[in-house]
Amino acid sequence: MTKIVYHTHKGQTHSIDVQNGLSVMEGAVQNDIPGIDADCGGGMACATCHVYVKEEWLNKLPAKEDGEEDMLDMAFEPKNNSRLSCQLIVSDDMDGLEVDIPSKQG
Amino acid sequence: MNKTDVLIIGAGPTGLFCAHQLGIIGLSCEIVDNLDKAGGQCIELYPDKPIYDIPAVPECTGEELTNNLLQQIKPFNIKFHFRERVEELKKDQNRWHVKTSGGIVFDVASIVIAGGVGSFEPRKFPVKECEKFEGSSLFYSIKDKSIFKDKTISIFGGGDSALDWAIELSNTSKVNLIHRRDGFSGVEASVQKVKELNDQGKLNLFTKYQLDSLSGDKLIESVKIKHDEGEIKEIKSDYVLGFFGLIMQLGPILDWGLNINKKTIEVNTENFETNINGIFAIGDICSYPGKLKLILSGFHEGALAARGCFKYAKPDEKLRFEFTTTSKAAQERLGIKK
Repeated sequence: MTKIVYHTHKGQTHSIDVQNGLSVMEGAVQNDIPGIDADCGGGMACATCHVYVKEEWLNKLPAKEDGEEDMLDMAFEPKNNSRLSCQLIVSDDMDGLEVDIPSKQG
Repeated sequence: MNKTDVLIIGAGPTGLFCAHQLGIIGLSCEIVDNLDKAGGQCIELYPDKPIYDIPAVPECTGEELTNNLLQQIKPFNIKFHFRERVEELKKDQNRWHVKTSGGIVFDVASIVIAGGVGSFEPRKFPVKECEKFEGSSLFYSIKDKSIFKDKTISIFGGGDSALDWAIELSNTSKVNLIHRRDGFSGVEASVQKVKELNDQGKLNLFTKYQLDSLSGDKLIESVKIKHDEGEIKEIKSDYVLGFFGLIMQLGPILDWGLNINKKTIEVNTENFETNINGIFAIGDICSYPGKLKLILSGFHEGALAARGCFKYAKPDEKLRFEFTTTSKAAQERLGIKK
């Protein structure tokens, strides 16, 4: 289990123990954290699991694969610290990762 | 008024196969979809990507799967209504009346919702004042390109739609293309063409900029764009076009009184009927204990929902279970000549 911290745009913080191997998106969906829609179910085809990663984590996460940046073009208010949470597979290295959930997904 | 036995909402794989199952048991149906063609997510999200888990089909693309399903339902001459979104639902004795965004009214015995994750709608700008100009000087799709002649157009986006329109409109209009990063998701040839046009001064390319605000009275007069590093530029603009792909939204179905849980519709697993008699839900849009969002599950759900529709369409008849291999009636419906 690895601790992932989700901050909603309404200012709530959810600190969740997510099983390694699941994605940050799945951790949110399975624990009913609002704001991550994941319409396509994790296929990198919809950009509705968009999150902002806390700056200090940006360089510690696995790099974006082809296609993630393309999908982020479609996200609601993308920024430099935007990621698709379906592409962040939880591992020990991510313990304490903090993500901000945008006000909207589309 | 279009009178038919069943209205299917959604022309994705699940809706298409349900139409087949209705045809086999002798029920008529028509299909509504908000997109301009059949296939749903298969066509809109991954036409060229392979699918490996359709039973007895080791590998196929979304497009191939759609084409095969269309081929399979050809004998039933099913009527499609594309670019239509269902809006109003009314009960009229034993029938349902459904009205679409384009004003088509259906008179049906039952409804099968095979709407995936909702209807596809263009993704919009996050900036608030955009709504005010939408439809007059701000658009997310182009119906009549002649209005842009000799005007200044600011196009936002980095995919094929944004690039293609920037190239095309640069022939007759002054075009600004604005994108949030240096990379583009559109095809390389178009990216090169855009860069060439920019070098020749036939188009102005702004990368690492996003829309900040719009100004104008009734129509847009100028747009402000903001660089990653905070610098703001104001550019004159008669029209703004945004191409950010499509998003799926459940829309007016939410107000039909169905039991909705996490954007899905609750159904029973006997025939995939919802809490409202005569309204069924199948595919990604339905939920029940153990639900898997797989195309093959959608096929199973469609087969059972089709049979569930029978008693509403033909209350005085009894449905007999038959195999297509041996059923004369089914083969006649399929137009098989022996």
